[in-house]
Amino acid sequence: MKEINRRQFIVRTAQMAGVAACIGVVWQTMVRGEARAAANALRPPGALPETDFAAQCLKCGQCVRACPYGTLSLSSFSDVAPVGTPYFMARNIPCEMCVDIPCARVCPSGALDAKFPDIEKARMGIAVIDEENCLSWLGLRCEICHRVCPLSNKAITLNIVERGSSKHAKFEPVVHSEACTGCGKCEKACPTEQAAIRVLRPEFVKGKLGEHYRPAVDGHFQTQTIQNNTDIAPEYKPTHKQKAPGLEYFNQELPEGKEGRP
Amino acid sequence: MSTEPVSASTPTRPVRHFVMPKTLSGKLYYWRFVIARRFVQLSVLLLFFGTVHWGWKIAGKPLLSGNLSASKLLDVIPLADPFAVLQIVCSQHWPILEAFIGAGVVLLIYILLGGRVFCAWVCPINMVTDLANVAREKLGVRSLIVVSHKVRYWGLLLVLLLSFLLGVAAFEWVSPIGIMHRELIFGIGVGFVAVLGVFLFDLLIMARGWCGHICPLGAFWSIIGWATGQVKVAFDNKACTRCGDCVKACPEPVVMNFKNLESDGMVRAGECTNCGKCIAVCPENCLEFDLRVRLGKSA
Repeated sequence: MKEINRRQFIVRTAQMAGVAACIGVVWQTMVRGEARAAANALRPPGALPETDFAAQCLKCGQCVRACPYGTLSLSSFSDVAPVGTPYFMARNIPCEMCVDIPCARVCPSGALDAKFPDIEKARMGIAVIDEENCLSWLGLRCEICHRVCPLSNKAITLNIVERGSSKHAKFEPVVHSEACTGCGKCEKACPTEQAAIRVLRPEFVKGKLGEHYRPAVDGHFQTQTIQNNTDIAPEYKPTHKQKAPGLEYFNQELPEGKEGRP
Repeated sequence: MSTEPVSASTPTRPVRHFVMPKTLSGKLYYWRFVIARRFVQLSVLLLFFGTVHWGWKIAGKPLLSGNLSASKLLDVIPLADPFAVLQIVCSQHWPILEAFIGAGVVLLIYILLGGRVFCAWVCPINMVTDLANVAREKLGVRSLIVVSHKVRYWGLLLVLLLSFLLGVAAFEWVSPIGIMHRELIFGIGVGFVAVLGVFLFDLLIMARGWCGHICPLGAFWSIIGWATGQVKVAFDNKACTRCGDCVKACPEPVVMNFKNLESDGMVRAGECTNCGKCIAVCPENCLEFDLRVRLGKSA
């Protein structure tokens, strides 16, 4: 090997580091690009939360083989889900909700819970209705989603809305997230050209209230006028003799040692 | 990689070179390792494919479900890619026990067979890069880039580092091996672009680029093979005339270092894939597969 002086050594080290950094950047871009699964790419039942699932899945396809209905497929490169992970599209083939959950049973990695107890506890997605294009919401007698739903009257209920005497009532389907497993049979069966009910992964549908909202004991927020707000918010009790800071800022003198802005 | 005699113990014997046999049986005998390797590679693929698509079973148990990342033999013995499991652990996720047992079983198999035996006998990309290599030699393409064969070890480190930083198994998410293997078993899709990429890279840009320089999975098995691999190519120093045909045939020429061969009595380097090309080509028959334990005693 050629003798090199210190300057050449430093330059060469920097070059190597540069090459490694470039490869690292390209690599992580590829991985990040792969990391996004489409909202309607649904995971098999008993899956970990999406980011953990994608990371822990060994991409072996045993769940795909185990599914008796050919529902699952493995994602290809730059596909709707991270490369090699199993998914299904409800509009193509929905989940038949086998009671023995064969797909989860064979998972060797723990990305699917092999001991997942009850298929009705699965949360593969949540159905969302486009009320503007739903035949039932428009007043036609359709309600197909309600009839095909494996948890009919729990996951999808019909809201009967009476109209004028010349028209029959509307039967509006309504989805309840506490029961919907996201199997996708409703989306598959929806007769409109583009499904008016779609199943998306829960994180694309569910909001989050935030911990500072505190529902009352019965699980609902109080809507009537609150007489005494100490019931909900504890009364403010200043610990010092001085007034609470900020309450009467403009009338207050500045505390000692602090100067106001000129 | 010298082709000149370096040992004083082989002074005056004439150097003979390998001559391709004229007879068909001679040719088949020369190709015996290539035929065996293709048979094993395709059989492994067929076992996976048949189990998924044709429901192959023995005594009611699915024969081999899954793929090279993880699988289950006869619904009993779990198998898993130890490198994939290692990456998942590096990404701060903890697979269930079955994955670790499967990784242990596979690790044990390749420790017994010699580490990178995976690369030459099982990995589907090997067929692609071998083809690229033949095409490259036929067309006389000169490499655009020449790098050290040790780049793969830096790649291995980069994989583990990126797995940790990104929180996902970094190599598994871009691996052309996984992509090709999955698409062969579960249906052909756009992923074949990645395989084509490897072919063109090996053909036009870097000679034996992927398997011989870059692949981090190969680096992983190299370390296993170097440290613990049991099946090794034994080297008979007395019979060797240093003709250098083995070096020319070897897809990892760096392992054919006569100085090391003489002192170790075998091809000890982990990069050796046990492909058998050197054995088939040696005109003096001084290379043969043997067990490391026996070689250790005789040396």
